[in-house]
Amino acid sequence: MSTHETPSPAALRQAPQGGARKLGSGPAFSHESAFQGEAKVREITFRDAIREALAEEMERQPSMIIIGEDILPGGGTFGIHQGFGTRFPGRMFEAPISEAAIIGTALGAALTGGPAVAEIMYSDFLTVCMDEIVNQAAKIRYMTGGQARVPLVIRTPCGMTKGIAAQHSQSLEAWFAHVPGLRVVMPSTPADAKGLLKFALRGEDPVIFLEHKLLYGTKGPVPEDADLLVPFGSAAVVRAGSDLSIVATGLMVSRALEAAARLEQAGISAEVIDPRTVSPIDWETIFASVDKTGRALIVNEATLVCSVASEIAATIAEKRFNSLDGPVRRIGSPFVPKPSTPGLEKLAYPSIDEIFSTAREMMPRKRALV
Amino acid sequence: MSDSDFTSGQLVSFWRGMLRIRLFEQAALYQSSIGKIYGALHSCEGQESCCVGVCSALEKGDYAASTHRGHGHTLAMGARMDRMMAELFGRVDGYCRGKGGSLHIADLGVGMLGANGIVGAGYAIAAGAALNAKVTKNGRVAVVFFGDGAITRGTFHEVMNMASLWKLPLLLVCENNEYAQYMHWSDTMVFDNIAGLARNYHMEGVQLDGNDVRAVHTTVRNAAQRARAGDGPTLIELKTQRFHGHSSGDPQLYRSKSSVEELRRTRDPIARLEAELVALGLLANRDALLAEVEAEVAQAIAFAEASPYPADVEVGQHVYA
Repeated sequence: MSTHETPSPAALRQAPQGGARKLGSGPAFSHESAFQGEAKVREITFRDAIREALAEEMERQPSMIIIGEDILPGGGTFGIHQGFGTRFPGRMFEAPISEAAIIGTALGAALTGGPAVAEIMYSDFLTVCMDEIVNQAAKIRYMTGGQARVPLVIRTPCGMTKGIAAQHSQSLEAWFAHVPGLRVVMPSTPADAKGLLKFALRGEDPVIFLEHKLLYGTKGPVPEDADLLVPFGSAAVVRAGSDLSIVATGLMVSRALEAAARLEQAGISAEVIDPRTVSPIDWETIFASVDKTGRALIVNEATLVCSVASEIAATIAEKRFNSLDGPVRRIGSPFVPKPSTPGLEKLAYPSIDEIFSTAREMMPRKRALV
Repeated sequence: MSDSDFTSGQLVSFWRGMLRIRLFEQAALYQSSIGKIYGALHSCEGQESCCVGVCSALEKGDYAASTHRGHGHTLAMGARMDRMMAELFGRVDGYCRGKGGSLHIADLGVGMLGANGIVGAGYAIAAGAALNAKVTKNGRVAVVFFGDGAITRGTFHEVMNMASLWKLPLLLVCENNEYAQYMHWSDTMVFDNIAGLARNYHMEGVQLDGNDVRAVHTTVRNAAQRARAGDGPTLIELKTQRFHGHSSGDPQLYRSKSSVEELRRTRDPIARLEAELVALGLLANRDALLAEVEAEVAQAIAFAEASPYPADVEVGQHVYA
């Protein structure tokens, strides 16, 4: 990247954080300042972390703008932009229900200025602006032989929540990870959300920034640091382990950690890795873990068919076959649209039980029976 | 400004600008026919007055987003003919290092944000450039070129509303050549007055003869002045025609040869201005000017042929910053 010194993934890889982590209780900070002991660390929500990142970068970059639907009354559907209307007059654009024009306009602003942030109310609505994302934003740098810079960040809430079913609950990251030119980000903690978003806003590549709806209210430690940056392609080892590597994304990181805590009681030591960005993926960290444990279980919330989990599993099988003591396993959502009714809805997503039982199946029988 | 305000120098430069586009397009089609150009081309021959009339009315630093038929816009915005030809030839000295080709040719240095392979994609990109101009108060305007066939995209409606709502310094320029690829507009559209659509968006709408380069220039200059003053966007419909098919491979089965010959005889914007200039005694050195443009085209072809193809390593470059 031209505008950032991106440390190598190996340099970024921190020593595994010891012990299990509670749901939403904190990341493995990848930014050095988090370890300097000077920055004050506060417990704030995922939502507040995103708001802070946006506000700090709006202050820092006078040509930065935000476009989205319903972003001014109440700060948006998920309350991200509270107070921004008065704080950043003339730079917040309350858009009509015109997702294609929102992304295309943000792209045009990014090409000529920026950074431009577009909020799409639910990630499912990205399907309404796929041309602008896939054919325009992703490709314009390449199509112009490197002339174009695209400081464009598309923020959007993704994933499951209660009962809003098939058109408001999807995890579509694989659609975008498939497209060269896009960066695809899936934070799982407040600190990562802030650091990744700030990194996105200081870059020149179009970013799909996927915020899980069930994470908005979760809390975690976030250092007070105006330059808290989490570089793309730096996975976090969020729980150290020796028997099995669980690679999980988004909301599934917390489910994997809960499963890992139960596995520990069953005598199985699971390492949990959060890639944090699914394009690019930090293969070094994943491979190093698999080399150590010999077993890999990949968990994502998305429909399993053609998912990021499938890509990670295939790549491990291809590149680390000799390290493996058994087949790579994958967990994802079944191949069905999301139903609304609670009983069926539950069946349409990966569960902690499924992660736990799959991991146990992967271990040699004598271990599993402990 | 009024239509009578043109200097003789301006009028000759309009003629010369249109001629450059025509000879470039003719040369490109020929080079394509002998296998020197790899991909398909979409000639704008017949529409040169739209390109020159619009772009000559802009200021340095203004922006334009173009269509698949984008060579004329790119030249008129100020791009170099040799680097354009090199792009069509797929060579490393092309504007896009050969990676964009005709369909994606762009010169961001002159504000030309790109030809576009997706019909109707330019509206919002240009609107975004206009939005940035509004936010940064840099005084620029943005133009989006599109054809009559792009009116039926949903993005037209979305951006017409958004641009008017936010009073963006945006000029929406429809080059109405009556055909969307192989279909006459009347086969697929119910709109017989595109400019008239502007009224419902509380926007200025102007329809005019796109072959009249002076009128196009004047209309665009006035609209740009309004846009710069904060008075919002204008929809400008230019009635024009294309002398070629949709693309270099189009056999034009949907219209007769004689109808195209008739267009060339009666609706040629260059011949029209040339007749006026000759009558005014402004083209005494016509042959010398023509020779200059011919030499520029010849040099562009030589430049393109001399430029190497990009190295293999470039296939993986420029994907990310």
